Amino acid sequence: MSNEKKGLLTSGQKRKIRRNITGYAFILPNLIGYSIFVFVPVIFSFVLSVMSWDGSKKPMEFVGLANFAEIFGDKVFRGTLVHTISYAVMTVVPTLILALLLAVLLNNKIKGVAIFRTAFYFPYIASIVAVGAVWNMLFQPDFGPVNQILKFIGISDPPRWVVDKDWAMVAVSIVSVWKYMGYYMIVYLAALQGISSSLYEAASIDGANGWQKLWSITVPMLTPTTFFVMIMLTIQCFKVFDLVYVMTGGGPGNATKTLVNYIYEKAFTSWEFGPASAGAIVLFAIVLVITLIQFSGEKKWFKDL
Amino acid sequence: MNTKRKAIKVILYVILIGLSITMLVPFYWMVISSLKLNKDVFSIPMRWWPETLHPENYKVIWQKLPLITFFINTAKLTLITTAVQLCTSCFAAYGFTKCRFAGRDLIFLMYVTTIAVPWQVYMVPQFILVSKMGLNDTHIGLILMQAFSAFGVFLIRQFYISIPDELCEAARIDGLNEFGIFAKIVFPLGKPAMATLIIFTFTNVWNDFMGPLIYLKTKELKTVQLGIRMFISQYGADYAWIMAASVCSLIPIVIVFLSCQRFFVEGVAASGIKG
Repeated sequence: MSNEKKGLLTSGQKRKIRRNITGYAFILPNLIGYSIFVFVPVIFSFVLSVMSWDGSKKPMEFVGLANFAEIFGDKVFRGTLVHTISYAVMTVVPTLILALLLAVLLNNKIKGVAIFRTAFYFPYIASIVAVGAVWNMLFQPDFGPVNQILKFIGISDPPRWVVDKDWAMVAVSIVSVWKYMGYYMIVYLAALQGISSSLYEAASIDGANGWQKLWSITVPMLTPTTFFVMIMLTIQCFKVFDLVYVMTGGGPGNATKTLVNYIYEKAFTSWEFGPASAGAIVLFAIVLVITLIQFSGEKKWFKDL
Repeated sequence: MNTKRKAIKVILYVILIGLSITMLVPFYWMVISSLKLNKDVFSIPMRWWPETLHPENYKVIWQKLPLITFFINTAKLTLITTAVQLCTSCFAAYGFTKCRFAGRDLIFLMYVTTIAVPWQVYMVPQFILVSKMGLNDTHIGLILMQAFSAFGVFLIRQFYISIPDELCEAARIDGLNEFGIFAKIVFPLGKPAMATLIIFTFTNVWNDFMGPLIYLKTKELKTVQLGIRMFISQYGADYAWIMAASVCSLIPIVIVFLSCQRFFVEGVAASGIKG
């Protein structure tokens, strides 16, 4: 039967089939893995968000939007949204400004650029567990170096950082800025290299000084990069988990509990997969909105350039 | 003018050196604290140089913590995940750029639509799935869930697009089959993109905390990050030991970073940023 069928195919069709087989042979290893471990879970997470299930043999039960009603009725969940947003606000702008500043400083013709770059980039590749441990000690309220320095410069009543519910998130944000600005500095450095030197030369001829060049050439020319960095940073902030987990564990009280901490706890400590997935869908919605803003922004820059 | 320029340069150096030191102080503090006695880590006034060094802290933590097992586990996870990620990504990238087949664009669209979905969104169903396969609390489960990424395919694909099709066409005429073209021509040319992907995957898997935290429960299977975390919660007040353990956990990544620094930096610039 199959032989007969083969005989009926023209050589063109045969070639087409062979081409399809070759093509699929190349993508299948990744496609299979990706479908099972990413694509299916993504879809399944939407399904789970409208189900009630604890992972046991008991079948899932369709509950409609009850999971969403439950989490939005939960004071802890609403708190995590506030904490995550405040973390993002305290992290994004300082990281952006410092990264840009470092990049501008390093973009000068000076010796030892590589060494400085390494120093600034290094915190980025250090693991969060180690970094969290050392910063927790630096922020130790009574004997920690940070507060000793603050007392030394005349602040007699320095904040109690990770044990104070008003300051804990500030401490986490400081560590975050310190850890990630080196990475975005590299991004900015790459963008700075793309600015044509003729612009600066022309400005010099017109008698512009360094500051004027920075404000009138560098900053405007970097706007697409800044926009991109801002989007990436914001998304990264909404995904925060490790840093909070190792520094404060979400405390004191629930003062630093973030969205992903909430999802994690709902899913893996209380085994309520429904509300956990509803939380995950909220995260998805937030990231989606930010990504859509990015797309529209990119369209704008492409039109301008 | 010349003196002014010199003065600016001096100021620039002072600022840069000051900033570098500020950035690195936590690491310095980590190292000196790891050489102090537990009770001396916090002292008033603080000491930037310990009076006596206690390198025996490092011996103590190797006895208290199965660090070798943790290192072997992490190295195993990192190597296998990186290798699987690299191979499947290169294969798929070749398929997506140099082969024409039915449904190619549709499948690629599937990758495009899911690349922006954060792992945290689907980690719960993914965990359920891996558990149902009986792979919870195994290294295989952790490897499988991290080894297939749209990011890898995108990164390599971006590079393969820049390889002219004429090159492949010429090889085809010379009688090479598709796999030969991939193995002999395209794959070797893709080294820069591969270096970027290796570095990214390596750092991510080595430093990953949340993945192992969810998947690994047996002590013998844990990674360095989880092990150090476990140690911290067990010996919360033994500050010097915690710092010594942290220093140990950083050493491998420092070595890799310093020896492949160029690739780290070029990677960030080339891949056009992926947080």
